[in-house]
Amino acid sequence: MSSFWNIWVWVLTLGSLVGCFLLLRMCLKNFAGVKEGESMGHTFDGIEELNNPLPKWWSTFFLLTIIWAFGYIALYGLGNWTGFLGWKSSNQGILNLAESKAKTLESLQKDSGVLVQYDREVAAADAKFGPIFEAYAARSIEDLATDGEALKVGQRLFIQNCAQCHGSDAHGTTGFPNLTDKDWLYGGTPEVIKESIMNGRIASGMMAWEGALGGDQGVKEVAAYVISLSGRSVDPELAKAGKAKFALCAGCHGPDGQGSLALGMPMGAPNLTDNVWLYGGSQRAIEESIRNGRAGVMPPWKDILGEEKVHLISAYVYSLSQD
Amino acid sequence: MKNSHEKVEKNVGLFFLFTVFAISIGGLVEITPLFFQKETTTPVDNLKPYTALQMEGRDIYIREGCSNCHSQMIRPFRAETERYGHYSVAGESVWEHPFLWGSKRTGPDLARVGGRYSDDWHIAHLTDPRSVVPESNMPAYNWLNTNTLDGELIGKKLETFNFLTRNRSHKDENGNAIPLYTQAEIDGAKDAVKGKTEMSALVAYLQSLGHALK
Repeated sequence: MSSFWNIWVWVLTLGSLVGCFLLLRMCLKNFAGVKEGESMGHTFDGIEELNNPLPKWWSTFFLLTIIWAFGYIALYGLGNWTGFLGWKSSNQGILNLAESKAKTLESLQKDSGVLVQYDREVAAADAKFGPIFEAYAARSIEDLATDGEALKVGQRLFIQNCAQCHGSDAHGTTGFPNLTDKDWLYGGTPEVIKESIMNGRIASGMMAWEGALGGDQGVKEVAAYVISLSGRSVDPELAKAGKAKFALCAGCHGPDGQGSLALGMPMGAPNLTDNVWLYGGSQRAIEESIRNGRAGVMPPWKDILGEEKVHLISAYVYSLSQD
Repeated sequence: MKNSHEKVEKNVGLFFLFTVFAISIGGLVEITPLFFQKETTTPVDNLKPYTALQMEGRDIYIREGCSNCHSQMIRPFRAETERYGHYSVAGESVWEHPFLWGSKRTGPDLARVGGRYSDDWHIAHLTDPRSVVPESNMPAYNWLNTNTLDGELIGKKLETFNFLTRNRSHKDENGNAIPLYTQAEIDGAKDAVKGKTEMSALVAYLQSLGHALK
């Protein structure tokens, strides 16, 4: 704060405190020219005003608030002066994360002369919870998946951060995968689950196929064939025509539609033979997927949650498909 | 001195003036100096101007009253930063006219919602919130899918933001102000948004939030 604004703050603050005090003192004196308790000589709606002094308890408390204000200023500061506590709620005025971290480290030094409340609060929590997360992080995901306590922590974190898409029961919804059905897009081993959460997933993306399939008829044929893959009954003529065109789909979904994971490929193309439908299994929904394409995105959580928390969430998610 | 307070008590105009004076002191001390301080008027290093589409999305955010239920202000408490990320700092808001900090959280804070969910999720959620979050009491905004932007005013909006932020923009290595938008960007703004749905604009805006301090 420049010295002008510093003086501005000091003068206005102290001025109004002193002003309050003088006002109180003036009001405690009888300057009405009327004896205490006697009529001021006027009535409003039949109510007569008497010249009564301010109630003692009220003026005493008023005085105490003024004294309190000086104590408050002494502890918490005024203008550029940080007060005897050196208290701040947080480090404002930072321009990037590195600066924020540097200021936090500085404020936590014993002789820093400042008390940044937020930094203290976080440091205290880290001292308490840090070792717990550290101990969990040192154990394998398979091991944690059998530890009820760890799973509870993982579940809390899941509900807080993952349930918006995958549902609070992890059963997912249209467009957002069910994590309990063992039908994995990228793999269900502990390592792969953790990798998916840490760095996110961007599906290679299914393109819009209507043009390449020769219009609406082509879409209907391939849809019929795809539906037939999970044993549902379809028009055999349509499915046969669709099968011929399925070669275009085999690049990602595999020659038999078993999905990219079964082929050991990382593009996240679903298995089409298991009657699990990420984007809906009705004929219309499947046609829609073929016609316009699909591309699921899972955001990366590494920077938001940090590896230790992701480790616990991975254990929880892994446990959901173990029985 | 005798009964001089009667003057104030019997004169509404004078009483009004004294009242305004008394209640303005708090603002003069706590708010006015902030307009002139480096730490509240310097943009954070990574602050980026909204693109034309994001700017249109921001106006839809305002029109639909999103800030009635969603704040964009992460307070410096651990409970908040654990959930939302680094607390908000003044330097992130210096280009906001008006700022959309909000003061009520019926829904969660959105100050750093950018990148937290996929575009598909935002579209599903805005079209029908309960399709992804069954417990949600957020209204559905399905008309955003069909309303399209004409882009008639977007060029003017960008120009206006250049004007509003003229003293608070980033500086180049010679200390000269870099305007938020170049003339080419202002000229091309209409074509950049024309025909896009309001949904895509709003999602673009939401995805842009909070990256300046991440």
